[in-house]
Amino acid sequence: MGLALLLVIWLITFFSTYFFVAKTWWLPAGASAAAPWIDHQFALTYILMGIVFVAAQGALGLFVWQYRDRGTATKVQYSHGNTKLEALWTVLTAVLFVGLNLMGSHVWASERFEPPKAGAVQAEATGLQFAWYFRYPGPDGKYGRTKPELVDASAGGEAAVGLDTSDSAAKDDIVSGVMYLPVNRELDLTLRSQDVIHSLFIPNMRFKQDAVPGLLIHMHFTPTQIGDYEIACAELCGLGHYKMHGMLKVVSQEDFDKWIASKETEKQ
Amino acid sequence: MASTEIVHAHAAPQGFIRKYIFSLDHKVIGLQYYFLALIAVFVGMALSLLMRIHMVWPTANLPIFGHIQPETYLMFLTMHGTIMVFFVLTTAPQSGFGNYFLPIQIGAPDMAFPTLNMLSFWTTFVAFVVLLAAFFVGAPIHGWTGYAPLSAVPSAGPGEGLGADLWITSIAIFCAASLMGALNFITTVLDLRAKGMSMMRMPLTCWAWFITAILGLLAFGVLLAAGILLLMDRNLGTSFFVPGGLVFTGQTAVPPGGFSPSTTPIKHSGGSPLLWQHLFWFFGHPEVYIAILPGMGVASQLLSTFSRKPIFGYKAMVYAMLAIGLLGFVVWGHHMFMSGMSPYSAFAFSIMTMAIGVPSAIKTFNWLGTIQHGRVRFTAPMLFAIGFVSLFVSGGLSGPFLAQPVLDIPLHDTAFVVGHFHLIMGVAAIFGIFAGTYYWFPKMFGRMMNEKLARVHFFFTLVGTYAIFMPMHYLGMAGQTRRYSQFTEVGFLTRLIPLNKFLTYAAIVTISAQLIFLFNFFWSMAKGKKAADNPWEATTLEWTTATPPPHDNFGGRTPVVNHGPYEYSVPGASRDYVMQTDPATAATPAH
Repeated sequence: MGLALLLVIWLITFFSTYFFVAKTWWLPAGASAAAPWIDHQFALTYILMGIVFVAAQGALGLFVWQYRDRGTATKVQYSHGNTKLEALWTVLTAVLFVGLNLMGSHVWASERFEPPKAGAVQAEATGLQFAWYFRYPGPDGKYGRTKPELVDASAGGEAAVGLDTSDSAAKDDIVSGVMYLPVNRELDLTLRSQDVIHSLFIPNMRFKQDAVPGLLIHMHFTPTQIGDYEIACAELCGLGHYKMHGMLKVVSQEDFDKWIASKETEKQ
Repeated sequence: MASTEIVHAHAAPQGFIRKYIFSLDHKVIGLQYYFLALIAVFVGMALSLLMRIHMVWPTANLPIFGHIQPETYLMFLTMHGTIMVFFVLTTAPQSGFGNYFLPIQIGAPDMAFPTLNMLSFWTTFVAFVVLLAAFFVGAPIHGWTGYAPLSAVPSAGPGEGLGADLWITSIAIFCAASLMGALNFITTVLDLRAKGMSMMRMPLTCWAWFITAILGLLAFGVLLAAGILLLMDRNLGTSFFVPGGLVFTGQTAVPPGGFSPSTTPIKHSGGSPLLWQHLFWFFGHPEVYIAILPGMGVASQLLSTFSRKPIFGYKAMVYAMLAIGLLGFVVWGHHMFMSGMSPYSAFAFSIMTMAIGVPSAIKTFNWLGTIQHGRVRFTAPMLFAIGFVSLFVSGGLSGPFLAQPVLDIPLHDTAFVVGHFHLIMGVAAIFGIFAGTYYWFPKMFGRMMNEKLARVHFFFTLVGTYAIFMPMHYLGMAGQTRRYSQFTEVGFLTRLIPLNKFLTYAAIVTISAQLIFLFNFFWSMAKGKKAADNPWEATTLEWTTATPPPHDNFGGRTPVVNHGPYEYSVPGASRDYVMQTDPATAATPAH
């Protein structure tokens, strides 16, 4: 029985670790400025926790086999513990866990404490059951007024976010179902929701943030590679949660300007 | 105050109703809780099976259930979480085993307040019935966490009408019941310990139940308040959790109960959705420890007993549990890193969360230290205790990922989180319940459970649960969002369907294997080998009394305790265990 346990525990450990090491499933390719930092912290945490995991499971499997009951031949050590050893591993784990935490904190700070730099491109994401809409303020750099009573989700576009077209700042606002962003330029993102909590999740950008009704949440990130990236909703928002997805198109600055211009023309 | 002069509060009842239904006997109440949890766990498991099947075959036409709709999936999800967290993980290890064995292990004739004890069970029962009633009117779809405004506005989705009211009411009733239970446990530990049973001679199971009761007392009151506020938002026009200017238009289906999609702004203003999250997780995080601490107690007790060796670092184990309990109250914000809460507070919550890893690591080291240089007996309860340690390690080590706000960016609300908490507070806690069941079954029912069946059950369950929950970490890393009823709509999720199918197969096998346990349980009750009073050669007080114990637990005797709880293989002793009530001798002085 001891041998069977040892084998099962070790095999479980081997297979669990194998798929991590082989990276059979892994974080999707990062395409934002913060992605390498986040991935580095992830890899560091994973290596350290992996070592502890293999060591602890290995010891458990080994001990139950090594110290199995072999009749009177087995000598049991009568001991209530070892204070020195306990103090040692308390200190070691405290250093490991708290140290790991502090190492990752500068990434968090740069992501969330600092405001976007001047010259960042502005966009607003609005979540509603069950779609994302993206708004750009247009040449005036100002978002127009929105009103709940003007919301008509079935009409889509401007009506879906309740844009008040009588507001002068709203005249040049662009509302799109697809998010367009210029590459290598920081995004100054405003998140809002008009019904329940949604969460804007763009795996390749290493970006996730809840959109909370009643709050305007400001975030920023910088896409670094041209391409199409999927957006999902990460917070349970109702029966259509599973199909609340969108698309982010990261394009060159030139293509971005063209797209904005074509949208402005469409609006006239 | 330890006291030996306790007059049993009530005489043994004669009638069936007073003996088995409205019983004041903590042992009967403990069994009532246990059987309630047993029914609940099979309901919860059946729901998880239906969910797993729907996730990978969303268009399948199932017998009885037909074609499961996305909203039905979310109803199952809500009910699965609620049933498992409240009526299984809180009910069985604490209220079930705790009720039955806490008084006996500390040498008391009953709980401090037997009538309150009966009331708390029947209140829990009512809560369960009210929850199940939600099935018949369309259960809510907001998940067990019930985030507002989804849970606060009836037009936010199917099941958010009467179903959601019933769900909240059930939880509020459950909170009231848990508060009664917690008071009873705390008073019993403080006042009813037998002579010689100092706090530091209590078995670690009793420490675990005691600390869990304190957590329950402080946590359930907050959830009760939050639930009442949510009910008021829904029915009395208050706005605690709902801000102004919301519009609900996204509905595409109407449930059987009927609701009308609102296209006009709802009449609320000034509420905060984050307030609900703070209140909920102020309860919700300690709740995790409410579920797992009793399992830690059982694992400690069993590893020592079946390694025939004193527990490694008894005091450290007690302090570690106290530290976990204390820190458990200051880490709730780690559920909210992505919620829009201040990013500065994330720092504090993150450091506290990492700190909680320290006492958890101490416990793991000490369990390993207990086995080392021991003489391990592979009984069924021991197998599950070893499994508990393995699962606790696996589930625990994904914690430091999620505790770092920066890693929470890719991992929050993905399958990684689902894998993490299922391993540690779901399956590890369930292994604690299984270990306790195999261990105490002979004392409760007077017969042994079948060891061979138990071994088959153990290996299927251990390998099966790893096969289900370990790959969830891979899925989460690849970006699989949780609470998706199907993966057909998002490109990067469709690629994960093959691995999801593997999980579903693993779930079918593992859940089927639980029928072995069920069969063994009921078969052994009737046909199992007769159990001796102390079949495991264990040391704690429940093994000093008859099997099953008499109405007042010790048949008129009041036990006197001379030893610590885990005196195994004491050099010079006549046998390899010294029971707590054994007289102190030269070879075995009072310890």
